[in-house]
Amino acid sequence: MVWASSQIAPRSQMGLSLGWHIVIACLGVGLPALVVYVEWRGIRTGDPVYRLLARRWARALGVLFAVGAVSGTILSIEMGVLWAGLMERYGSVIGLPFTIEGFAFFIEAIFLGIYLYGWDRLPPRTHLLTGLPIIVAGVLSAFFVVTANAWMNSPQGFTERDGKVVATSPWQAMFNRATWPETTHLLLAAFMVTAFVVASVYAVAMLRGREDAYHRVGLRVPLTLGAIAAPLQVVVGDWAARYVAAEQPVKLAAMEGLASGGTHVPLSVGGWFTGGRLVGAVHIPDGLSLLARLDPGGYVAGLDSVPPDLRPPVALVHLSFDAMVGLGLGLLALGGWFGWAWWRRRALPRSRWFLRAVAVSGVAAVVAMECGWIVTEVGRQPWVVYGLLRTVDAVNPSPGLAAGLPVLGIVYVLLTVVLVAVLRWMTRGTPVPAAPQEADPDTYKVV
Amino acid sequence: MSTAVLVLVWLALTAYALLAGADFGAGTWDLLAGSSERGRPRRRLIEHVIGPVWEANHVWLIFVLVLLWTCFPTVFAALASTLWVPLTLAALGIIARGSAFAFRKAVGTLAQQRAFGAAFALSSVLTPFFLGTAAGAVAAGAVPAGLAGADPIRSWTSALPLLTGVLAVLACGYLAATYLCGDADRQGADAEWFRWRSVVTGVATGAVSLAGLPVVAHSAPALYDGLTGRGLPLVAGSVAAGMLSLLLVLTRRYLLARLAAGLAVAALLWGWALAQYPHLLPGVDVGSSAAPASTLSATLVASAIGLLLLVPSMAWLFRLFQQP
Repeated sequence: MVWASSQIAPRSQMGLSLGWHIVIACLGVGLPALVVYVEWRGIRTGDPVYRLLARRWARALGVLFAVGAVSGTILSIEMGVLWAGLMERYGSVIGLPFTIEGFAFFIEAIFLGIYLYGWDRLPPRTHLLTGLPIIVAGVLSAFFVVTANAWMNSPQGFTERDGKVVATSPWQAMFNRATWPETTHLLLAAFMVTAFVVASVYAVAMLRGREDAYHRVGLRVPLTLGAIAAPLQVVVGDWAARYVAAEQPVKLAAMEGLASGGTHVPLSVGGWFTGGRLVGAVHIPDGLSLLARLDPGGYVAGLDSVPPDLRPPVALVHLSFDAMVGLGLGLLALGGWFGWAWWRRRALPRSRWFLRAVAVSGVAAVVAMECGWIVTEVGRQPWVVYGLLRTVDAVNPSPGLAAGLPVLGIVYVLLTVVLVAVLRWMTRGTPVPAAPQEADPDTYKVV
Repeated sequence: MSTAVLVLVWLALTAYALLAGADFGAGTWDLLAGSSERGRPRRRLIEHVIGPVWEANHVWLIFVLVLLWTCFPTVFAALASTLWVPLTLAALGIIARGSAFAFRKAVGTLAQQRAFGAAFALSSVLTPFFLGTAAGAVAAGAVPAGLAGADPIRSWTSALPLLTGVLAVLACGYLAATYLCGDADRQGADAEWFRWRSVVTGVATGAVSLAGLPVVAHSAPALYDGLTGRGLPLVAGSVAAGMLSLLLVLTRRYLLARLAAGLAVAALLWGWALAQYPHLLPGVDVGSSAAPASTLSATLVASAIGLLLLVPSMAWLFRLFQQP
């Protein structure tokens, strides 16, 4: 069985939960670094702009973290409730990274509690240091969770007999062949999402006329992070795609809408996959062979290398892949534009189009990141564990599971509305002072 | 090693019950704290006490889940697939609760604060209830091995699970009230309101537990034998600790009362475990359902390192914020 209509609801529920959580998780990975950086600058220079930015960002971080913690808890419960079939068979193989991640998250939560509540209670340098475990733990948390996903693409480190795992090498399972490409790719994505989302907030403010030092620094600091991460991400993305070409050729074929394999395969940009072929794409000769095999005559497998029931949904995967790459290159260009202006004149680009681009870059980064997840998850179908366990066999067979989707859907809509409303209220309820550099940052309470 | 992991799971569950349980109970009192005027100082105390430690406490539940799915994957899959309704409802309560608490302080109007406060408090009652019913279903042997082996509604709505659900809510309220007496006292706030509620919920918890024994005898005779046999010292210890804590609350010795209350709840949990050991589900015991040895040892090592980092950090957090 390839596709069971009774399973659309629980699978969509998981997709919704993951897709929602990952945005907050990315911010949870990247924002602490930004906060600690500006706090550090504030301590070093005494500049009220940095000190106020640190406090306002920290307050937002507290709200985001609390919400991310609950959406993460939901995911843990859904791993069992929705995916009992997967956990029953392979829980003992991929459980270890979740155990480690649990501790990392716990330590992150503790130090975040200390960091936020201790802002005006601890000496400044001690306080700054309590921010460092948050960054380390956050990065490690994300790293370990992604190793579990990497394992789903590259299942290793265990022995199975008659469909039952009889021996495991948890360490080998965690550090599988997909681990390094996937984890670095996601970590850079997390920093890019954070960087461009935060920068976009200040770009919007500047477009509305607030062009004081506070807003310029508020835009410049995260944008610098984004400008550094974007080129690195292009390199890592290329590496990840080459991994996919080697280990999951059907996924690559779907990403490219490649119906038949061959040598001297062109790179297909754009177009829509329909009726078994890609229509309306721009083809760059030898492009895919070059990227996938570093050889213009390299062989790239097509969708026809596997029977139809083993092919993922191509149209969605191809569209998402091209969207991700397109947006990613756009963000790269934006970072480059900023970097160029800064290098030449130590100032932001003068064009209003620059601010407009930054203003939408936050959404662009989030969309690119979600598209990336669609590529890797939908592209792996019909497998949930590549080559070993089909998704249809992993879903909890209990009746009535579909009831969860509308309920959770409403919950997430409410959560989103409330989260956005609260964040906006926080910024407007205690607005940035008219002359931030003359205000006293200590009057802004972090909690 | 499989027993060692089970002990670890139970320690995490105990920590969850004592720490997050108190958080949930505090939410219940928040709901019942009275009108906006009279309730404000009580709500402020509750908020002050929960605030810094909240996010840290709920991770114990994730530990329980993760340790189970890593080291007893078939048992975890059976539990999660059959009991998905109470687990999902408990999860919704956790979402509502966490977000409402985080958001409540950030919103402006009284009406909004009351809305959030109500959501927060209501979910504080529902989550322990549904987690309690899930535990009761396991105790009653109503969760068969395999995937989705029992009815998703009937498995947790018989007498014993419903009773343990109510028991969970009462126990959380009792723990919270007892803890809050001490905190109120230290802050120089009014401890009397919490003091009487600690006594009342303590008595109610004890009464429900004892009334539950005939229910257990009827629904789960093997468990009853275990509770009155091997587990009897712990069950009796729980009753004794509960009575002691009531006495201590009445005589305003709040720190000791807190310890006794915690002991009472912990003893009940461990008494249950001891009574049921080594049977996890009908026909499934610890030895046969455990993951391969390499997974168990990796989990134990990772947990040991993790706890080594975690416990001092947590101690620092508590210490920093127990002071006014």
